[in-house]
Amino acid sequence: MSEADQGFEPHIVAFICNWCTYAGADLAGTSRMQYQPNVRVIRIPCTGRMDPLFVLKAFERGADGVLISGCHPGDCHYGEGNYHARRKFAIFRKLLEFVGIDLARIQFSWISAAEGGKWVSVIEDFTNRVRALGPYRAYQEISL
Amino acid sequence: MNDERTLKIREIAKELLSKGEIAVFIGYGKGTCNGKARPIFVRTPEEADELIFDSTCSNNLVTYLKFPAVRDEGVVGIVVKGCDAKALVGLIRESQLMREQVRIVAVTCEGVVADDGQLQLRCQYCDVANPTFYDFLVGSPVEDQKPRDFSGLLEKYETMSVEERWEFWQSQFEKCIRCYACRQACPLCYCTRCIVEKNQPQWIETSSHLRGNFAWNIIRAFHLAGRCAGCGACEDACPVDIPLMLLNYKLEKEIWDYFHYRVDLDPESVPPFTTFKTDDRGEFIL
Repeated sequence: MSEADQGFEPHIVAFICNWCTYAGADLAGTSRMQYQPNVRVIRIPCTGRMDPLFVLKAFERGADGVLISGCHPGDCHYGEGNYHARRKFAIFRKLLEFVGIDLARIQFSWISAAEGGKWVSVIEDFTNRVRALGPYRAYQEISL
Repeated sequence: MNDERTLKIREIAKELLSKGEIAVFIGYGKGTCNGKARPIFVRTPEEADELIFDSTCSNNLVTYLKFPAVRDEGVVGIVVKGCDAKALVGLIRESQLMREQVRIVAVTCEGVVADDGQLQLRCQYCDVANPTFYDFLVGSPVEDQKPRDFSGLLEKYETMSVEERWEFWQSQFEKCIRCYACRQACPLCYCTRCIVEKNQPQWIETSSHLRGNFAWNIIRAFHLAGRCAGCGACEDACPVDIPLMLLNYKLEKEIWDYFHYRVDLDPESVPPFTTFKTDDRGEFIL
């Protein structure tokens, strides 16, 4: 990270599923757990709703990191949405890596409604990682 | 070049047309550019004498089957090479075409050449030189079934740093003029309304600018993941020579690694993104 980036605070976009991770994040809040305020949450019905375009759009609009989080395997409210998401993103992230996107800026996790603590630690770790990486200049330059 | 396959294709087309079994026969005819064959539509037995087959028959004729205007003519006779047959089977697998709508004339193929006379890249990885999905098979068996192993081709890019890969692909996508020839030429890009034409909201920007170019080329490739027949029509059609097959091969390789699936000539095989296993790999998920 360059001198100019001192004091940089990353923009993190989190796509989280309504039934597990959103409730987990809510639990973290109602439990008064502290975590960094860099994350912008976008609630989706299920990780199966995730279109790969959402990730690209987030970066286009200036995100420095993207988090996708949903129910643990077997816990999907709709039965199998997260299984499809797992397949889709296993391959999509490989494609992104191949075209030169830094995979350290994309994080996937399973966080249940009971795992407020896990939400806090995932956000803390990811925010710190992206902050250390600095602004996502490469993508922002093509988005001007 | 009147090889044995040319004569046989004419004979079959004539017979099908004169018996009225098909309304139109899609094959290759003599072209007017670089000695390259071009697609022709034959509707009468007399016209069938214009049909040829040689190593310049590079186009994938299956692309025409995705257009309702062609299917509406009636039963279609069509010449396919192995790679084209994979695309045709893909259309059947995805319920875009009924088996009864086509009479398939498959040709055995030792490879076709590009405009410069060199063997097409895709032919170096051909595992369907002897098609197994057809009504009529033309040509003598070809011995060489090649492994679909792209590691040698992809290694150069996979060993680059993230920044180098980004630079390389930006320099490629920068050329894109958004003509969508890749999409039009692809037999499996059949959506009546493509995502790039949806503008409320505008998911992919349509101006010829890196931002939209990047999203378009990535999404085009990904929408073909686990479906791409590897026929190379997109790359052949690209007027600015973006190496689109690198993306398609990369996806095929990863899908093989993850799900052990490869596009084949079986209309019943289950594409990877229409199914799942509870124990799929998820090593990247916290």
